[in-house]
Amino acid sequence: MKVTIDGISIEVPDGTSILNAARMIGGDIVPPAMCYYSKLQGSGGKCRTCLVKVSKGSEKDPRPMPKLVASCRTTVMDGMEVQNITSPEVVEARKGIVEMLLLNHPLDCPICDQAGECDLQNLGFEHGAAKTRYEFDRRTFEKIDIGDKIQLHMTRCILCYRCVFTADQITDHRIHGILNRGDHSEISTYIHAAVDNDFSGNVIDVCPVGALTDKTFRFKNRVWFTKPVDAHRDCDHEKCNGKVTLWYKGEDVLRVTARKDVYGEVEEFICNTCRFDKKKTSDWVIEGPRKISHHSVISSNHYETLIPLPVVKTNPLLVEANKEQFERQTRL
Amino acid sequence: MGRKLLLEHINVPGINTFDVYRSKGGYAAVEKALKTLTPDEIVEEVKKSGLRGRGGAGFPTGMKWSFLAKPEGKARYLVCNGDESEPGTFKDRYLMTYIPHLLIEGMIISSFALGANVSYIYVRGEMMPQIRILEKAIAEAKAKGFLGKNILGTGYDLELYVQPGGGAYICGEETALIESLEGKRGNPRIKPPFPAIAGLWGCPTVVNNVESIAAVVPIIRDGGEEYAKIGIGRSTGTKLISAGGNLVKPGIYEIDLGLPVEEFLYSDEYCGGIANGKRLKAVVAGGSSVPILPANLFLKTAALAPRLMSYESLSDGGFATGTMMGSGGFIAFDEDQCIVRNTWNFTRFYHHESCGQCSPCREGTGWMEKVLHRLEYGHGKMSDMDLLVDVSKKIEGNTICPLGDAAAWPVASAIRHFRDEFEWHVTNPSAALAGNFGLAHYADPLPAPEPVA
Repeated sequence: MKVTIDGISIEVPDGTSILNAARMIGGDIVPPAMCYYSKLQGSGGKCRTCLVKVSKGSEKDPRPMPKLVASCRTTVMDGMEVQNITSPEVVEARKGIVEMLLLNHPLDCPICDQAGECDLQNLGFEHGAAKTRYEFDRRTFEKIDIGDKIQLHMTRCILCYRCVFTADQITDHRIHGILNRGDHSEISTYIHAAVDNDFSGNVIDVCPVGALTDKTFRFKNRVWFTKPVDAHRDCDHEKCNGKVTLWYKGEDVLRVTARKDVYGEVEEFICNTCRFDKKKTSDWVIEGPRKISHHSVISSNHYETLIPLPVVKTNPLLVEANKEQFERQTRL
Repeated sequence: MGRKLLLEHINVPGINTFDVYRSKGGYAAVEKALKTLTPDEIVEEVKKSGLRGRGGAGFPTGMKWSFLAKPEGKARYLVCNGDESEPGTFKDRYLMTYIPHLLIEGMIISSFALGANVSYIYVRGEMMPQIRILEKAIAEAKAKGFLGKNILGTGYDLELYVQPGGGAYICGEETALIESLEGKRGNPRIKPPFPAIAGLWGCPTVVNNVESIAAVVPIIRDGGEEYAKIGIGRSTGTKLISAGGNLVKPGIYEIDLGLPVEEFLYSDEYCGGIANGKRLKAVVAGGSSVPILPANLFLKTAALAPRLMSYESLSDGGFATGTMMGSGGFIAFDEDQCIVRNTWNFTRFYHHESCGQCSPCREGTGWMEKVLHRLEYGHGKMSDMDLLVDVSKKIEGNTICPLGDAAAWPVASAIRHFRDEFEWHVTNPSAALAGNFGLAHYADPLPAPEPVA
């Protein structure tokens, strides 16, 4: 299957989604994804930030698709041509989506634990407007404790459903879902039933915003002041490999998370014991510092990661379409 | 006076019982279909009739049926969509209340044509009386051998179930309906795959509106070609219109498609004109989600041709000067009605009914509602109109299901056609709270179209 995204062609296996094809190419042409999570079945299609324009359906049926499509849930066809950042229509639509996502979001980044590693923050920075046109009260919810280790701050939630899929697919039994509808929808565990499960902590990692936070780390530190270090331990849980990132402040391990890749997805889910209970250096075998994408504020002052992406550098079409981005990234 | 196909015997006392319905020629189409026709012939007949889906989108029913995948060893399902919740539309409820056997007869024929042995009628949760009526009618039909095992000795089995919904507008969207029928939260699925390939429990499924299924009965009884003679162009047959608003005689009317709107609106046979001697200001032609039109544009197209009640004529002029047939929820507004308030009311509905799955609709509907509320209550700004148009554009086409479009169109069209009324609400807030804008120029004759160079 040959697919062309923003003028760059790639061969991908049958059944690949446009988003994954774009991730194989890499660089700036990858649509942002707030709800899609490659490790969770059925995720995606909800946040609409990954909308792209299919300007040519396939080799057999070259008609363009009438609407913008969610790239995470649309499979590629042979000869498909996709426009992402080269289509003004897509850029405009995405700007609209980001504005919508931020409508009811409290923007309390200064006191949010997720700040610095928040997908919504990054998205807003890249695609959003500096000012909102929304002049009404935002919806608010009371904070809810889900068990003794996780706190749900529904006000910040963008309803990506990732944690629902995690609770469904990764943990043993589901007591976690969505109540109500429309903008009153809320993530909930019915009657505040505690999520008491070996793998429940993973909902914190999959949450793209600060709606689900680790209570053992809450308000301890800003993430960009901590140092990520890869480590592993011999975990006796059958589903957990014990491969984690430790976040150090001085000598102390402030928190433990799974290892996240460049798209914010974890490499392997980890168990609650590793995440919440092993916070001493002696519990772990240290592997070395973890590289965080230079997009992230966590990597500030790490100049070795600040290399312009090869795709941007070599593709004149993209350079033209995304000049501002290009300048920001190549400025040194 | 057009011929009535669906409501021919509606005034016969006791038509809701099996015996009276049978004595009026009911279930003859089932006998004809099961004994003399093959499933493919029925689909062919429906294709010939040109019947278009009566639920709103107007997709040809026969075409939809022929798309149904037929893999070996997999069950196929027919689901009847009785989740009618569009503001302004009440035709399906009427059919199910007064002539339930027509729907059941249609279900038997359609299920046979599609090879379904289990079929469902998904009825909106608020319609509890209709659910009881349908269940009683199904029991009667079953007792007479028209449902169950070996129907009429032909060897065809069909079980028909009525499933009450929870009362959500979104469950009228076919994939959300299927989710709800499976016992899950009624969130629309992401298409593809379409239900014709993987629908109910992953099996090929056809979802049809109540009226479409009922219309299959006269098509089979009289033949598809006979049905296609009624109507105009690609809009064939008859359509139930739920007329409401400021009319002398609101109610359900069965019209031949192609009836001039002026006749429908003003003749005594149909709506009988505008109530209390008022003048017509605006019309929503097909249920709340279609674009609203001012009186002058509704009665005549932009090319000054008289508008007809047909899929093509109503949508003449696209979204700039036309509207849509939709589900036939005809709402007339007289000169005393406030378009701003009405638009706010519609938006409030969509805000309440958005499922909250995808972000543009979840957040955008609430935003539009708040802005319109502000406008209606005299706190609006001149920039609000442009804001509303922009928000509606950001929603339209960017959502999983058509609810986003349905929420965006009424707002965009109201501002397109009634912008001065919106502006008047901003410039005269106290007057807007006390009175209303009146008819203004909305019924003035249209300017002659510019000659095409």
